[in-house]
Amino acid sequence: MMQATEDLIGRGQEDGKRLFKEWFAGLTSAADAGEKGAYVFVMGSLVELLRTFDLPIVFPEINSLQTAVRKVSDEYLNLAEDHGFSPDVCGYVKADYALQLRRGEHPMGTVPPPGIAVYTNACNTYIKWAEIWERMYDVPIFTLDVPGSRSAPGVKLSGTNYEADLKYVEYQLRELIELLEKVSGRPFDIDRLREVLSVTNDMGRSWRRLLEINKGTPAVYDSMMEGTIFLGVVNALRGTPEGAKYFADLVEEMEYKLEQGISPHGEEPEKHRLIFVGVPCYPIFRRFYHLFSDWGGTFVGSTYLWFASGGFNLDFEYDLDRPLESLAEGLMLGVRSAVDSMLFQDRALIDAIDTYGADGVVYHPIKSCRTVSTGLADSRRVVLEERDVLCLYIESDMMDKRVVSEAQLKNRIDAFFEGLDSRKIRLAREGAGRGELSAAASGAGAGVADSKVTG
Amino acid sequence: MTDPAKKLDEGAPPPRLLELDDGLSVAETIDWCRDYVEDLEFPTVRQWREAGGKVLGHFQVYFPEELAHAAGMLPVKLRGTPMERREADSHFGSYLCSIIKSSLELALTGRVEIDMFVTHPICDAARNLAGIWARNLPYPSQILYFPQNANSAFAPTYLREEYARVLRDIEEVTGRKVGDDELRNSIELFNENRRLMRELYEIKRATPWLLAADEAYVLVALAGLISREEHNELLASLIPRIRERDAQPQDKMRVVFEGGFCEQPPIDLLTSISQFCYVVDDDLLIGLRWILEDVPVDGDPLQALADAYLNSSSYSPVQHDLNKPKEKMLLRRIRESGAEAAIVSAAKMCEPGLDEQVAYSEALDEEDIPYFVTEFEETMARYDHLKIQLETFVENILFE
Repeated sequence: MMQATEDLIGRGQEDGKRLFKEWFAGLTSAADAGEKGAYVFVMGSLVELLRTFDLPIVFPEINSLQTAVRKVSDEYLNLAEDHGFSPDVCGYVKADYALQLRRGEHPMGTVPPPGIAVYTNACNTYIKWAEIWERMYDVPIFTLDVPGSRSAPGVKLSGTNYEADLKYVEYQLRELIELLEKVSGRPFDIDRLREVLSVTNDMGRSWRRLLEINKGTPAVYDSMMEGTIFLGVVNALRGTPEGAKYFADLVEEMEYKLEQGISPHGEEPEKHRLIFVGVPCYPIFRRFYHLFSDWGGTFVGSTYLWFASGGFNLDFEYDLDRPLESLAEGLMLGVRSAVDSMLFQDRALIDAIDTYGADGVVYHPIKSCRTVSTGLADSRRVVLEERDVLCLYIESDMMDKRVVSEAQLKNRIDAFFEGLDSRKIRLAREGAGRGELSAAASGAGAGVADSKVTG
Repeated sequence: MTDPAKKLDEGAPPPRLLELDDGLSVAETIDWCRDYVEDLEFPTVRQWREAGGKVLGHFQVYFPEELAHAAGMLPVKLRGTPMERREADSHFGSYLCSIIKSSLELALTGRVEIDMFVTHPICDAARNLAGIWARNLPYPSQILYFPQNANSAFAPTYLREEYARVLRDIEEVTGRKVGDDELRNSIELFNENRRLMRELYEIKRATPWLLAADEAYVLVALAGLISREEHNELLASLIPRIRERDAQPQDKMRVVFEGGFCEQPPIDLLTSISQFCYVVDDDLLIGLRWILEDVPVDGDPLQALADAYLNSSSYSPVQHDLNKPKEKMLLRRIRESGAEAAIVSAAKMCEPGLDEQVAYSEALDEEDIPYFVTEFEETMARYDHLKIQLETFVENILFE
């Protein structure tokens, strides 16, 4: 039953913050008790499997980004660089390295050291990162290798090796279970896995509904700003009843907002619908958001909510009758999809522009992440050729404030929005013009050149 | 101009691509080879295509070239170039290494015309190449997914199937079916090539005054530009002559050069280093020397190649194998080559290389082995600063 407006609106943000604080408090308790964590990453976290072994789950990516959001990342980065790390490598890795040197001291509590690291090859840096823990702590590290898509969509290859790839992933899962039994001292409980997968299925359904809701008008949440909170919870609480409840409640809130026409701008109308590509600028997170929202821009969609959601954006549910086989399949499809949305994202972006009714795309390549960033300049060209949208290309970082130039960002973002305003006027004129001419006689489309306001 | 109807005769020897004068000295021969290696028009690749041959371009680090060779293709190592870029840069953002841009530049400007491009997920930047090449070039571009869990018991089976998949695409491009016999013949040929390259490196270790770092580099790099038949012939005739060179040992420090596994330092930089040091071992173009022993020619050739990749191979910062921790492998390389120090380099913006520098430095500190940390870029043209630093480093050790 729907609660009164004042209870429902903003509940997701408040609950999200609370759950996050509780999660970090849990980590602090584990650290204080001398426990060690299972270190995992958002792309292919295998949290469902790890939960069956009762290992505290640590997400180093989340820990690192929180240092930036809380404006202390420079301390961590400097410490790592004093120990020999280059300024040109991933800021998440460096912040975590410094966190380890500081014995887990973190602005949100204390992070326990690793007892094991489990990760996929969704990001090559995950592998180098785990090698650091292996050296520091002499702990087991396990690469669960997920062969990705071999080529861009549309490239004709002689075939795929889907079944062979799946066999490989499943085989590794069984090897991982053997290792987890050894590390935890507990036998694997397949029924427990079924329970966790069932809860995960619930979360996945809610996530997909959440993404769907924002195709409506107005969009009811900002995919970049609020999306980051959603991502934090969907990863940290994946497979938990608290996580499933959070997302069920969130869908309720968002459906209510859609019904009432409530956007993130409150009483101001939604002006520009945007897609965000990349990872946000965490060192100035709130100000970065305002650079867009102050112009009435809403990020209705974001590739971040695809690749960092652990495959939840896919229409896939675990088959509880064959949990292990299905976990392998879900993992492969999820990681593959995550990687595709970074390496081969142009077609998916074009679809998103259409289904979300986007006016513009903001590409935000970052120094720290070559996976996400390398192909963006090229993929943007394809999008501009195929769709009448404006694209903005702005570079900064997700951790390192030294490469964030707020003044430059603002200049380019302001110019982008001026272009969006002009585009709106142009489209309105064209729409009015088409109303006067017959459909058969009118020329189609606008000059694409007008749309290319790029950073 | 390539005639699309022209094809190489199956079973006939491959066309000769080098125009080498028999009367040249060893130094002159190597200089001539260097011209081929540095020629931005890739004359050997052009000639191959003009004769009707097809070309497979493969990015760093390692590619099982036997697959291409067995189908009558010329496998060409795309290893970047120091040339000025006019077209590729707009396809990439900032904070990226040069090799991914310069390799694309070669393709976009038509300097290297190929029929198929294969890359590998060696790092987060390179993983994007298949998508970028596919959007901009007309031939199939794909990723060969080497196993990144080399320690899984299923990895050899997985890799064998992956090789079979790429081979099917090669057959599609060439219109030629490749059977086990063709593969075994190619493996034998490449085994000989690897043996000859190992011999080159034995000379570098035992008698480094006979073969400078830049000279050895040129001879290895040429393998990625001509047929292996011709490369074998060249090395087989040159190696005995190198052993007989009239050169005397000099008082230079023996070093290992580490960091040349992907983007390549300019050859002149190696020449500069050679002024102070004997580079007795290195990981330069390690992909062309990846397999360390003969690949068996009996049994399933694809499985043999897959097993060799996993079990009889060198190491690099971009291969994760719990049995080959990189810092231990570097220490072994230093020990086995009799090196006194290491040059621990990384290409600018090369994330795996830069990450590995930290681990290497810690391991070398623990073993009390002197080392020199540096960065390079394939486009660098001035080495004065580096030379001074290196000279100081060497003198500090020699006169301690």
